[in-house]
Amino acid sequence: MNPVNYLYLSALLFTIGASGVLIRRNAIVLFMCVELMLNASNLALVTFSRMHGTLDGQIIAFFTMVVAAAEVVVGLAIIVSIFRTRHSASVDDSNLMKL
Amino acid sequence: MSVLLSATCAVPAAGAVLTAALPAGSTEARRKTTKAVALGVSAVTLVLAAVAATRFDPHGDRYQLTESYSWIRSFGITFSLGVDGIGAVLALLTAVLVPMVMLASWHDADPGPAKPDGTFENRRRTQAFFALILAVEAMVIVSFYATDVFVFYVFFEAMLIPMYFLIGGFGDRAGGPDSSRQRSYAAVKFLLYNLLGGLVMLAAVIGLYVIAQDQGFGTFDLQTLTSAIADGRLQLSGTAEKGLFLGFFFAFAVKAPLWPLHTWLPNAMGESTAGTAVLITAVVDKVGTFAMLRFCLGLFPHASKTFAPAILVLALIGIVYGALLAVGQKDIKRLVAYASISHFGFIIMGIFALTSQGQSGATLYMVNHGLSTAAWMLVAGFLISRRGSRLIADYGGVQKVAPVLAGTFLIGSLATLSLPGLAPFVSEFLVLVGTFTRYPVIGIIATFGIVLAALYALLLYQRTMTGPVKEGVRAIPDLKARELAVVAPLVALTVLFGVYPKPLTDLVNPSVNATLSQVHETDPAPAHPVAATPGGEQK
Amino acid sequence: MNSLIPLLVAAPLAGAALLLLGGRALDRFGHWLATALAALSFGFGLALFSDMLGRDAEHRAVTKHLFSWISVNGFQADMTFQLDQLSMTFVLLITGVGTLIHLYSVGYMAHDERRRRFFAYLNLFLAAMLLLVVADNYLVLYFGWEGVGLASYLLIGFWQHKPSAATAAKKAFIVNRVGDMGLSIAIMLMFAEFGSFAFGPILGSEGAVGGAHQASEGKLTAIGLMLLLAACGKSAQVPLQSWLGDAMEGPTPVSALIHAATMVTAGVYLITRSSAIFDLAPDAQTAVVVVGAVTLLFGAIVGCAKDDIKKALAGSTMSQIGYMVLAAGLGPIGYAFAIMHLVTHGFFKAGLFLGAGSVMHGMNDEVNMRHYGGLRKYMPVTFVTFGLGYLAIIGFPGLSGFFSKDKIIEAAFAKGGTEGWILGLCTLVGAAVTAFYMTRVMVLTFFGEKRWQPDEDGNAPHPHESPKTMTIPMILLAFGSVFAGGLFAYNDSFLKWLEPVTGYAEGNSPLTPLTVTLLTTACMLAGVALAYLMYGRAPVPVVPPVGSPLTRAARRDLLQDDFNHAVLVRPGSALAATLVFFDSRGLDGLVNGLAATIGGLSGRLRRVQNGYVRSYALSMFGGTLVLVAMTLLMRSV
Repeated sequence: MNPVNYLYLSALLFTIGASGVLIRRNAIVLFMCVELMLNASNLALVTFSRMHGTLDGQIIAFFTMVVAAAEVVVGLAIIVSIFRTRHSASVDDSNLMKL
Repeated sequence: MSVLLSATCAVPAAGAVLTAALPAGSTEARRKTTKAVALGVSAVTLVLAAVAATRFDPHGDRYQLTESYSWIRSFGITFSLGVDGIGAVLALLTAVLVPMVMLASWHDADPGPAKPDGTFENRRRTQAFFALILAVEAMVIVSFYATDVFVFYVFFEAMLIPMYFLIGGFGDRAGGPDSSRQRSYAAVKFLLYNLLGGLVMLAAVIGLYVIAQDQGFGTFDLQTLTSAIADGRLQLSGTAEKGLFLGFFFAFAVKAPLWPLHTWLPNAMGESTAGTAVLITAVVDKVGTFAMLRFCLGLFPHASKTFAPAILVLALIGIVYGALLAVGQKDIKRLVAYASISHFGFIIMGIFALTSQGQSGATLYMVNHGLSTAAWMLVAGFLISRRGSRLIADYGGVQKVAPVLAGTFLIGSLATLSLPGLAPFVSEFLVLVGTFTRYPVIGIIATFGIVLAALYALLLYQRTMTGPVKEGVRAIPDLKARELAVVAPLVALTVLFGVYPKPLTDLVNPSVNATLSQVHETDPAPAHPVAATPGGEQK
Repeated sequence: MNSLIPLLVAAPLAGAALLLLGGRALDRFGHWLATALAALSFGFGLALFSDMLGRDAEHRAVTKHLFSWISVNGFQADMTFQLDQLSMTFVLLITGVGTLIHLYSVGYMAHDERRRRFFAYLNLFLAAMLLLVVADNYLVLYFGWEGVGLASYLLIGFWQHKPSAATAAKKAFIVNRVGDMGLSIAIMLMFAEFGSFAFGPILGSEGAVGGAHQASEGKLTAIGLMLLLAACGKSAQVPLQSWLGDAMEGPTPVSALIHAATMVTAGVYLITRSSAIFDLAPDAQTAVVVVGAVTLLFGAIVGCAKDDIKKALAGSTMSQIGYMVLAAGLGPIGYAFAIMHLVTHGFFKAGLFLGAGSVMHGMNDEVNMRHYGGLRKYMPVTFVTFGLGYLAIIGFPGLSGFFSKDKIIEAAFAKGGTEGWILGLCTLVGAAVTAFYMTRVMVLTFFGEKRWQPDEDGNAPHPHESPKTMTIPMILLAFGSVFAGGLFAYNDSFLKWLEPVTGYAEGNSPLTPLTVTLLTTACMLAGVALAYLMYGRAPVPVVPPVGSPLTRAARRDLLQDDFNHAVLVRPGSALAATLVFFDSRGLDGLVNGLAATIGGLSGRLRRVQNGYVRSYALSMFGGTLVLVAMTLLMRSV
């Protein structure tokens, strides 16, 4: 199969994730959308790696996964603690940091 | 390699850390320890700076006692120090004034009265004040000794930080209910103004490095750069040189301050304690004028010559403007600040007249203005702390109740108006003569400054010290022993250098001649020279 | 012997330092110490004088180099002293009269709690004045010049608690500063022209022509005019005359020493000293003569209208110095006579002021002559000494003033041409007016009926003769007033003494010396007669009559202060006030405005930060899009 198709898929997934981030309010969903974007870019990286026959893309994909895992750990913890104190997972409610 | 210079810089720096680390001043005894330690450190610094000045041989190399330590190798930045005659006397001036300022501000930073439970609002005030003064001293001395453009820049900027806290954190007891707001306004204004200047200078410093690196001089070393520029190995295009000159000059003109960039000074001097005001005008501002002499002229000789007439005009405006504003002031400390602006006009005029008399005079002026304004301002500070007001109108007849205070204040006033026999006369006359030989008209107009100086100095004296004794000053005590110990050496030095300035001129003249030769200037020759009579012999 | 020259200055300087720093310990005998040091300085002066007389006339000038004062490449100011006949004359006058006035002050200031300080200032004055006259270059002269200005400031304002005294002191210093500006510009001009400002190289010394001969006339005129400005300030000549009348706020010995006998004559010294420059700059000389002539009449007119005895004498001082300046402006015809009049004036005017002080001493410090009258019986010594001084100043034949003034009038005519006639007439009119106002002072004070008024506390005055310390100086000065002129004129001894320094030229007078003398005496007698008719025959009203417009203007010093106020003070303070406003609203307003603009902008920009994560994300995406688009665009270009 033409590897370009994977790139189309990646672009589609990225767009879905991005629109999710922009549209949804629920922090968990937002979070999943961010993960979706990360994975879309992973897909693209792996595809490029395959197309160019180098390993760089795959290595970066591993980095991304590690970062994503770390992000999940910290992010979820924050979301859970916000939910506990404010009884809401909506991101619009936490705007106290604005000036 | 001698470590004298770095020791002179390191002692006050270490002293600042030590003073800050001492136990908090919640008791009188602890505060005394703090002050004694800080004073001791500044005394050691004074000895070291004096040794450096005496070890400097006026007939030797331009920079002596040089030291160099690798710092940021990839940019060619070395922590290099060296001293010429100009730097030596200014560092010595700093080292002389700091102990005086400390003694004069002995109780300015004591924490307020204890709260009912025996604790203090701000227990570390005393430590902070004296540590900050030492930090300023260390940075100023590094600036005078630095022979690396980058090192100079860093310390030129860094001294803003302790100064900011000194201005913003400590005021005199004359402030009204609004004083803390006024003070923080003054401090922020001081900081922003000078940061802006520093920022422009940073761009110029980087620009200079980039151009120099292109031509194979990847260094910030002043001597390398100036000698390469002087003999044409390093060439700056006309526009580039002008731009870089303006970048450097702007920063120094803000610091000096030159009209019309002066408006931060009256606020900063008016709102801070008398001691801090002396630090600003007599020490920190001198770095600006010093840097014009060392960096602007050495690095950008052609641009210096191009801009000299314009700068002279600004300086001239500053002389007259500052003096006229001083006449119109109602606040003693602001009056001193405007008088200083007038004096800085003279200093800058002397530097950019590009004659040896002008520049030697300007250098002496920096020293003499430091000594005389310190005496004047500190006595004014003693007066203000007694009465609790900065307004001239609140005083009158002080000489009747405190004759010694009035007498020393009069000497300060007379020094300010450049009476012959007191040090400022020597420098002011040299500046005027040096300017006159090249720019007669500017020299003559500047001479009006001496009339205006008499006007503001004597008006202040008349309004505060003479006449019937005003209510409110009836009970003020005369100078105490500690205060006399501050004023007496300053007055003695002012008289000494007024009658016998030779020790200073001997140090300064060779360095000035070296500076002038960098700019390829010589003194204008007299039209009909006459042979000077060899003095001493009976005809 | 030369090493005595610095000691001349050092003795009173040491006195000033000791008395100022010594503290209360010196209160009891400080005044005697100061007097002794002044006398010591006089002693040194006499020793140097006899030494000088021992040498022949051409080799009398000596110099003494002390140390290099200011030295920057070509600019060499040495602390070098020079003593020639001209300086010597001044040294003896200053130390001699100075010592007498120290002695007088012991009595006059006996009850002042700050007496020690007063004597310190007097000693300081002597030191500065001596420095001024023994200086070997213009910068050291300037040192002394401002030094006497300082001493004058301190002494005029000695009674600082009186606002009028403090104001007068400040005014004197500032007006003098205007003159000093002239001196400093003159020094700068000389340095730019000659590369030096020492007397010898510029003015020439014995047997050597000075550099002044090489310079262009324009430059020399400029230098001369600046020196004249300096002289106007110090010697209270028009247009810088306004301070002298107010300076009478100082204690009377100060008026006698500083504002009559010595300091105010420094301008004449300066012009005479710089004769080599003025001789080559005729325009500057003309200016000098005009200033002298105008001031001589100005001062005389003011002196006629004043009721305050000291102010009347101050007007007279101005007028007499006008004579000297006029004579000095005549060139070699007049230099020696200017100095001769200066010395005799030093004696009789100091004597007159001391007499006035003695009168005030006996009259509860009353200065208004309309409240005096008939004092001759109560103060015989004062009356006689004052009377001799009076006869001397009006030029009564045989007394000092007669010889010196007569010579000046002769010299004025000798100028030749229309100029000579105008100047001669001015000086004659001056002589008549001098006789008028001095007779008025004499009559109002010592003759007529008593017009004494109780002082503010209601104490009626009990006039009495002053103590010995005060009368002895008065008697000695009276001797000077009587005999000095004759001594100087005998065999032209004074002229011969000064000629090696100042030069001398005969001039060509249209009148014979005898005619001039007769004319002068006639004018003098007319003035005396007129004054006697006006004040001697009818009782003098205690409250001054309104008087003619001229009298009223003269009472206000011919409106000098109104003029200065309208032309300088008021516009000056308006300018200062405008600038204060401009600085805070204009310049600082610009700075604060800039800060406010940046603050306002950032305040608006801050609203973008609404706290919604999604809008931040949107802007991130938008930004990325823009970046990508730009990258693509750039690549395609």
